[in-house]
Amino acid sequence: MNTQSEALLSVRNLVKNFEMRANSGLRKTKRIVQAVADVSFDVKVGQTLGLVGESGSGKTTVGRSVLQLIQPTSGEVIFEGQDLTKLSFEQLREVRRQMQIVFQDPFASLDPKMTVGSSIAEPLVVQGVSGNHQEKVAELLDLVGLAADHAKRFPHEFSGGQRQRVGIARALALDPKLIVLDEPVSALDVSIQAGVVNLFSDLQKRLGMSYIFIAHDLSVVRHIADHVAVMYLGKIVELGEKNAVYRNPSHPYTKALLSAVPLPNPKVERSRHRIMLEGDVPSPVNPPTGCRFRTRCWKATDLCAAEEPQLIVRPTGQQSACHFPE
Amino acid sequence: MSSSVLQIRDLRVTFSTQMGELRAVRGIDVDVVPGEILGVVGESGSGKSVSFLAAMGLLPKSATITGSVELDGVELIGAGRKAIRSVRGKSLAMVFQDPLSALNPVHRVGDQIVEMIQSHQDMNTHDAEKKAVELLEIVGIPQPDERALQYPHEFSGGMRQRVVIAMAIANNPKVLIADEPTTALDVTVQAQILEVIQRVQQTFGTAVVLITHDLGVIARVADSVNVMYAGRNVESGSVQSLFDHPSHPYTRGLLSSLPHEGIERLNPIAGFPPNMLAPPSGCGFAPRCQHATKACSAELPALAPFEDLLTSCIRADELRVGRRS
Ligand SMILES: Nc1ncnc2c1ncn2[C@@H]1O[C@H](COP(=O)(O)OP(=O)(O)OP(=O)(O)O)[C@@H](O)[C@H]1O
Ligand SMILES: Nc1ncnc2c1ncn2[C@@H]1O[C@H](COP(=O)(O)OP(=O)(O)OP(=O)(O)O)[C@@H](O)[C@H]1O
Ligand code: SF4
Ligand code: SF4
Ligand SMILES: [Mg+2]
Ligand SMILES: [Mg+2]
Repeated sequence: MNTQSEALLSVRNLVKNFEMRANSGLRKTKRIVQAVADVSFDVKVGQTLGLVGESGSGKTTVGRSVLQLIQPTSGEVIFEGQDLTKLSFEQLREVRRQMQIVFQDPFASLDPKMTVGSSIAEPLVVQGVSGNHQEKVAELLDLVGLAADHAKRFPHEFSGGQRQRVGIARALALDPKLIVLDEPVSALDVSIQAGVVNLFSDLQKRLGMSYIFIAHDLSVVRHIADHVAVMYLGKIVELGEKNAVYRNPSHPYTKALLSAVPLPNPKVERSRHRIMLEGDVPSPVNPPTGCRFRTRCWKATDLCAAEEPQLIVRPTGQQSACHFPE
Repeated sequence: MSSSVLQIRDLRVTFSTQMGELRAVRGIDVDVVPGEILGVVGESGSGKSVSFLAAMGLLPKSATITGSVELDGVELIGAGRKAIRSVRGKSLAMVFQDPLSALNPVHRVGDQIVEMIQSHQDMNTHDAEKKAVELLEIVGIPQPDERALQYPHEFSGGMRQRVVIAMAIANNPKVLIADEPTTALDVTVQAQILEVIQRVQQTFGTAVVLITHDLGVIARVADSVNVMYAGRNVESGSVQSLFDHPSHPYTRGLLSSLPHEGIERLNPIAGFPPNMLAPPSGCGFAPRCQHATKACSAELPALAPFEDLLTSCIRADELRVGRRS
């Protein structure tokens, strides 16, 4: 693993607010959801950043902002030295070829009326790429472990794992440098997941692209990522090299999250100490002052309510945002 | 085993669909022991939900059900609707993945629990209301007397699942069937709900059937495990034995496909589950099994004792050698 390599992508102070209009009785109210609240990270060439955190913590919004599928409220998304937030529509179109996304649901992300071959070739057509598309499709199918004659079939003739492979082939069509994988294996059976995860690793080794791998499953992220960012309520609370974060979690939330993950080992499960967090994640409409985790943190003090902790490099190498790190 | 509170024998469920007969469950035996948590795992579509929906009498008319499901010695298959209804929600209760589907959006949660109690017990409203608040407290809802007056939308996902569990245990069921009760929840909330389920089991001695695809969840809370594949129960036994020395190639494949620290590549099981409109003639796992021989496709292997497990693999004995390598 080359930790010295340069950043392909640098996200700086990314903020994304969503406005929600609600009709409550006679009053029309406007509420702001802070989906992503000042997030910065790098993704290095040929490496994988794992993005973990509970539902609603802002992972998908980060991914979509990076690809400029949604307009960030503020902040910079620097891809190969260019700030994408400042590009014109035409300029963006060029850069978009290099960045792709694969979604969780292999069933929803393919057009049921299109052959799998046409689905895979679609980005080539849209981007006006010349050359023999059929040949390229065959090559892509081979790359993801499917057969060339699968191109003529329709999505319903494929299993979930195969459909996800089709989605990956489609994402690879334009030789992207960055792929955002948003829960790419969550909908698959464990026995099938393993093959798709291997495919991601193999493709990265062969083609050298970078991934942002978004997942709920911390064990899968541990397997595939080089670096990990842990999100909570729109913030990155811990960021660093995977082993540092998993072996010596510094932020109390990371520690609680890791301890909540059930491990497939009854002896370990029955003997290990578990941190039980109380309650659920608060609403991002009115996040807690100071540290956003304080309403569930067993270590919270007045300081945590008064002052927002900043990401600080810890002795074990990673950064964490906590006044009283572990 | 006569000690089972819920005993299922040769349960078969076939759906008539436009594409033909779909054989969802193909002869399973299940023994749920009082006070125990039985974990049920298996591939998507392996028949986990259908098996227990059949036991609850909750399958649509398109399902043909044969075999036997006995709750405390009383046969439920073929029993009249009325008989089933008196059991369901009383001695046999079920919790699903999506708590909203079990709750009525326009009724206060306290009233819904009261209704659940009064539909099976002769209890006056004042007492039932008191009991509802107690139940909410048992499942860990803070300020239960105030929360009882609120509507489902005022609860978070995790809190709703607690409410549903409170409803399910309202009539002190003998068996609580929980079908993926934490799949839609975040991992920190999942930990809380699993704790609630364990508390119910320990406090009331309720037997629990916990359906999940997460082997970690099984490892954490289950006493024994049934592994399902293609409508069959392919292996069962105590949680310790099953994780320690699985015998069936599918169980072994499943366990070794999980990521764990220090391994470079994961070990998937090649292929995918069979189409249950035309299941394989013999062992359902044969198309994906690296140990399959001709004999495996001759007939459905029966679940038979092997060491301290029950395994349905005709080659379990031969394959034991080198198993732990
Ligand atoms: N288009 C939108 N309009 C309003 N709010 C939104 C929109 N998209 C996301 N949000 C809100 O922003 C927050 C972050 O959502 P996001 O989808 O990024 O979370 P996530 O971490 O991907 O969650 P999950 O794990 O459930 O996919 C949530 O509170 C969500 O409700
Ligand atoms: N009402 C129905 N009509 C027709 N087929 C059905 C019906 N319900 C389930 N099936 C089929 O029965 C089989 C078993 O389904 P079941 O829901 O029990 O799977 P499962 O093991 O619970 O899977 P999952 O992990 O995805 O919940 C599947 O092939 C499914 O498509
Ligand atoms: S800053 Fe305070 S509340 Fe936040 S994680 Fe650290 S100790 Fe807990
Ligand atoms: S019976 Fe044969 S095909 Fe089935 S699991 Fe055993 S060895 Fe494999
Ligand atoms: Mg998401
Ligand atoms: Mg199911």
